[in-house]
Amino acid sequence: MNEIEQTILDYVIEEYLEEEDEEEIGVDSPLISSGIVDSFSMVSLKTFLERKFKISIPDDKATPEDFDTVTSIAVRVREIMG
Amino acid sequence: MAYSKKTREHFKGTLQGIKDDGLFKEERFICSPQAADIVVEYPAGAERKKVINMCANNYLGLSSHPDVVEAAHEGLRQRGYGMSSVRFICGTQDIHRDLENKLTKFLETEDTILFPSCMDANGGVFEAVFDDQDVLIADRLIHASIIDGMRLCSALNESFKHSNMKHLEKKLQTYQDARFRCIVTDGVFSMDGDTAKLDEICELAEKYDAMVFLDDSHSSGFLGKKGKGTHELKGVLGKIDIITTTLGKALGGASGGCVSGRTEIVEMCRQRARPYLFSNAMPPVVVAAANKVLDVIMASTERRDKLEANTKFWRAGLEEAGFDLVDGETPIVPIMLYNAKLSQDMSRDLYERGIYAVGFFFPVVPQGKARIRTQISAGHEMHHLEKALEAFIEVGKKYDILGKGKKEIIEMYGM
Repeated sequence: MNEIEQTILDYVIEEYLEEEDEEEIGVDSPLISSGIVDSFSMVSLKTFLERKFKISIPDDKATPEDFDTVTSIAVRVREIMG
Repeated sequence: MAYSKKTREHFKGTLQGIKDDGLFKEERFICSPQAADIVVEYPAGAERKKVINMCANNYLGLSSHPDVVEAAHEGLRQRGYGMSSVRFICGTQDIHRDLENKLTKFLETEDTILFPSCMDANGGVFEAVFDDQDVLIADRLIHASIIDGMRLCSALNESFKHSNMKHLEKKLQTYQDARFRCIVTDGVFSMDGDTAKLDEICELAEKYDAMVFLDDSHSSGFLGKKGKGTHELKGVLGKIDIITTTLGKALGGASGGCVSGRTEIVEMCRQRARPYLFSNAMPPVVVAAANKVLDVIMASTERRDKLEANTKFWRAGLEEAGFDLVDGETPIVPIMLYNAKLSQDMSRDLYERGIYAVGFFFPVVPQGKARIRTQISAGHEMHHLEKALEAFIEVGKKYDILGKGKKEIIEMYGM
């Protein structure tokens, strides 16, 4: 797994899963459509990405579809980093 | 005509999609005053039926209390029906100010401003007080109206895992460079009935120089020994900077809400909160009745004491019968069923037995956490609770869920 994917995955596990959660998630697990991340708590993820990778993600590049898996998020991050 | 066939078909399709997903909400018509015993027409056109209401926010049983109804009549006679104005033009009567003062005294805050509803209070307060130099750090299970209010404000909308103090502390550390930090929480979370760790929240707020916002809609009037709310229960009276609450639940159940807290915050709302500035004043009839409600609950704790006793009886009865409950001490008692269809089927069977209790499922609660949420009232007498308990046990036996936990119920019915 690439470093960007790993960083995002580690954050998602720490930020959204509870210690008692039994589910395991990977880079292609659905985050938003499965309810793990909702539109309200997604702000934390967007803010983390902007701070961590020193980028600014426009709202139209941070849709629920863009943010549904770690893989799709990483695609967006790379695209914006250029 | 701009409402073309194509436009109509679009909305018809969307509504059909909601139906196909099993998420279509239908109203049940109540043909009597709100109380423990109500007369219901459901489905529409069906024969009316007397049932016991186990799902109202009528915690103190004051919605149809004779003294409150009489105060409403008197208010109507003395101060008329409507104000035909927003508050700051010519919509403020003496009784509005009386009610604000009584709420300030009851909640033990510095000042109070009324709003048409608590949804409006939550919708207006953040934008009036905070801007893009600030960060709002909210519990992830807060009420939808607070989320809407936060979104209307340019402050950063952050969140922490439900009631997870370690996670909150980490977020507070992250944002020490912001101008203001404000921790945002419900007092009692409406779907689970659990209580915010307000004492710990206030300690963290002190440590990291943060304000505290509390929506106490599901606790004002009955939590704490004098019923002041979650801040009384958790021993932090006077330490909450912004409290929003409703007059639409325990406090008479009609409508109206408020922001109560620091003097300057309340004044900022009077100057800048849009639902206050651009919406009519609360009608005199509601204000007069709400003033009476405050008089009743400040004169005696009898009703909140009865509610506490009823809640203990109800929880103990369900636990003994073997239902899977969410732990808590509030009158919101959710019976966990996990499966959406099971919650609907059980609700229907209860209704057949004269009990009105509604099933909740996604998206109102998280996926796989369907439940029937029961709400206890001081308006319930022991015979209501005994009859309801009997019906719940019968239905629980029918679906063979008594004595079974999450894993077993999911094995039987799926998620």
